[in-house]
Amino acid sequence: MRVVLAEDLFLLRDGLTRTLREHGCEVVASVDNGPALVRALAQTDLDVAVIDIRLPPTHTDEGLKAALEARRSRPGLPVLILSQYVDQLYAHELLASGEGAVGYLLKDRVTHTAQFIDALRTVATGGTVMDPQVIAKLLTRSEKRGRTDSLTPREHEVLTLMAEGRSNTAVAQALHISESAVAKHIASIFGKLEIEQSPEDNRRVLAVLAYLKG
Amino acid sequence: MTATPAQTRGGWVHLGRCQVLGLSGFLVVGAGVLVGGALALVPLGVGFWLLPPAAGLLRRVSDRYRARATRWTGRPLSPPDPLPHGTSARRGSAAILGDDGFWHDLRWAWLEPWTGGLLAAVPLALVEYGAFGALVQPFVWRRLGDGNWYAFVPVTSTPTMVTALLLGLALIAAGLRLAPVMTALHARLTHRLLSAPRSTELTRRVARLTDTRAAAQDVHAAELTRIERDLHDGAQARLVALGLTLDEATRLLGTDPHRARTLLLDVRATSERALQDLRDLVHGIHPPVLADRGLADAVRSLALDSHLDVAVDARLPPARLPAPVASAAYFAVSELLTNAAKHADATRVDITLTHDGTRLRVSVTDDGHGGADTSAGTGLLGVRRRLDTFDGTLALHSPPGGPTTATLEIPCASSSPKTSSSSATA
Repeated sequence: MRVVLAEDLFLLRDGLTRTLREHGCEVVASVDNGPALVRALAQTDLDVAVIDIRLPPTHTDEGLKAALEARRSRPGLPVLILSQYVDQLYAHELLASGEGAVGYLLKDRVTHTAQFIDALRTVATGGTVMDPQVIAKLLTRSEKRGRTDSLTPREHEVLTLMAEGRSNTAVAQALHISESAVAKHIASIFGKLEIEQSPEDNRRVLAVLAYLKG
Repeated sequence: MTATPAQTRGGWVHLGRCQVLGLSGFLVVGAGVLVGGALALVPLGVGFWLLPPAAGLLRRVSDRYRARATRWTGRPLSPPDPLPHGTSARRGSAAILGDDGFWHDLRWAWLEPWTGGLLAAVPLALVEYGAFGALVQPFVWRRLGDGNWYAFVPVTSTPTMVTALLLGLALIAAGLRLAPVMTALHARLTHRLLSAPRSTELTRRVARLTDTRAAAQDVHAAELTRIERDLHDGAQARLVALGLTLDEATRLLGTDPHRARTLLLDVRATSERALQDLRDLVHGIHPPVLADRGLADAVRSLALDSHLDVAVDARLPPARLPAPVASAAYFAVSELLTNAAKHADATRVDITLTHDGTRLRVSVTDDGHGGADTSAGTGLLGVRRRLDTFDGTLALHSPPGGPTTATLEIPCASSSPKTSSSSATA
C-alpha cells in the first residue's frame, strides 16, 4: 500500500512511518503542513492518505479541509483522518464527502496497531471506518429517540461494531461468536430496523450510519 | 389625506395623551412654584422646613411623568437616585440642595409647562377649533349674522358654511395626524430632561462594572479550581498509576513475562483513559470545534450531539466573533439545549444566530411544555452571570404549555479572523 502521511509532530510522524513500514506499507510522501498536504494529495499516486486533522499553518482543521478538497477533485480518494478529538460535525462532513473510502479515528487508536492497519486497509479498499466514539454518540442519540428499542442487547453490540466499519470476521472475533451467528444477528437487525440489506460490506455500513444519523 | 382606521384610532389615543399632558402641566407648575418658594425662603430659615416636602412632591410629579414616558414609549428611563434624607430639616435640605437629581427635576419643572405644554397644546387646539368649525358652525352661523368668521372664512351663506365645515374637518385630521408626532417629541424631551443625571449614570455604570468584574473573577477562579481538581483526580492520578504499573512490569519482565505482558496491556488502557480525561477537560474549557470553525459550526456540532431534532439557522458575518463572546454564546446554547432535553420534554429545537454589526443575537426555541424560570435553574443563572460580563442579556419567554424561547444578546463587533479560514458545511 502506498501511503501519504500528514502529521506535524515529528515524534508521531516518525512512529507512524515505522509502524506503517513494519506492516508492509510504503510511505510515498510524508508532510508536516497543510499546503504541502494539498500538493501531495493532488499529485501523488497513492492508495490511502493518513492525515492529522490539525496541521500548520492554522493549527485548526487544516487536514480535514485538505482531505475534503482533495476528495472533491479526486472522488473516492481514500483518506483516514486522525484527531485528538472526534467531532460529530466532522464525521458528518467526511461521510457526506462521497460514498466510502473514508475513515475518522481518534489518534490513540494507532496504538492498537493491528486494528489500525485493518482500518487502513478497509479505507484503502473503499470501506468506511468510524471511531467507536462517533458511533457511541450516534447510538445514544438513536436510543434516546427510541429508534433501536426493538434490538436485543447482543444485536446492539453487533450493530455497534458493524457501524464502526468492522467486517463480519472482526465482529465475530470481538464478540467471541461464530461468523454465521454474526450473519444471523445482522439479518435480524436489518429486518427489525427495516433497512435494506446489501451484500456489499461498505453499502451495509453506510446504510446503518444513515439510519443512525436520521 | 387618507388614514387607516388604526391610524385614526391611534390619533385619538395620542390626542387623549396630549390632553393628559396639558392638564398635568398644572401640577408641574404648582410643584415648581412650591419648590421655588421654598428655595426663596431658605435664607429666612423657614425654607429648611418647606424644602423637603416640596422637593418630595416635585419628585412624585416627575416620577409620574417618568412612568408615563416609559409606558408610552416602551423605552425604560433610568430614574435618578432617591432624594436624600437628613436627620434634621436643616441637614435634609442641605443634602437636597447638593443633589444633582433635585436640580434636574427643578429645571424640568420650569421648562415642562413651556415646552411640553406647548407641544401638547398644538394638536389639541387644532382638533378643538376644527370641531368648532365642523360641528358648531353649521348650526349657529344663521344666528351670528354678518360678522361671523371661521378662521379666514366669512361664514354668511350655505357655500361658505360648507367651506368652514370642510376646513374644520381638515383641521381635525391635521390635529390627529400631529398628535402622535407631538407625543413622541414630548417623550424624547422627557427622556432627555428626566433621565438620571450623567454623574448618576456613571456612578451606576461603575458599580455595575465592579459587580460584574467581581463575578467574572469568581467564575474564573472557580474554573481554575475545577481544572486543577480534574487534572489532579484524573490525568495526573492515572499517570502515577501508569508509572507504578510500568515499574512492576519492568521487575517482572525476567521472572514472569506473562504477567508483565498483562500489566503492559493495563498500562496502555490507563494511558488511553488519561488521554480521554484530558480530552474531556479541554472540551470543557474551549471546545476544539469552536477554535477550528467558529460559533456557527460549533453550534451545529452541538446540534448533532443532542438527541433532539435541532435546526440551526446561522446568519453570521464571515469575520470571526471575539473568542470570549463566541465561547460564552456556545456554552449558553449548550446549557439551553440540555435544559430543553431535560426539563421541557421537547422534541424539536430551532436555533437562530444573527449579528447586526453591533450585537450577536441567539435565540433558542423548543416545543416543550414551557414554564421555565431563570431564577429557578442554577444553569440559567450561570448563563446569565457569564453574559453579564459582556453586558449581554438573556430573555426567557416560557408560558406554561410552551413553547419556550430564550434569546440572548451580546454587544460585540465582529473582528477579522486571525487565521485565514472559510467554513464549509455539509
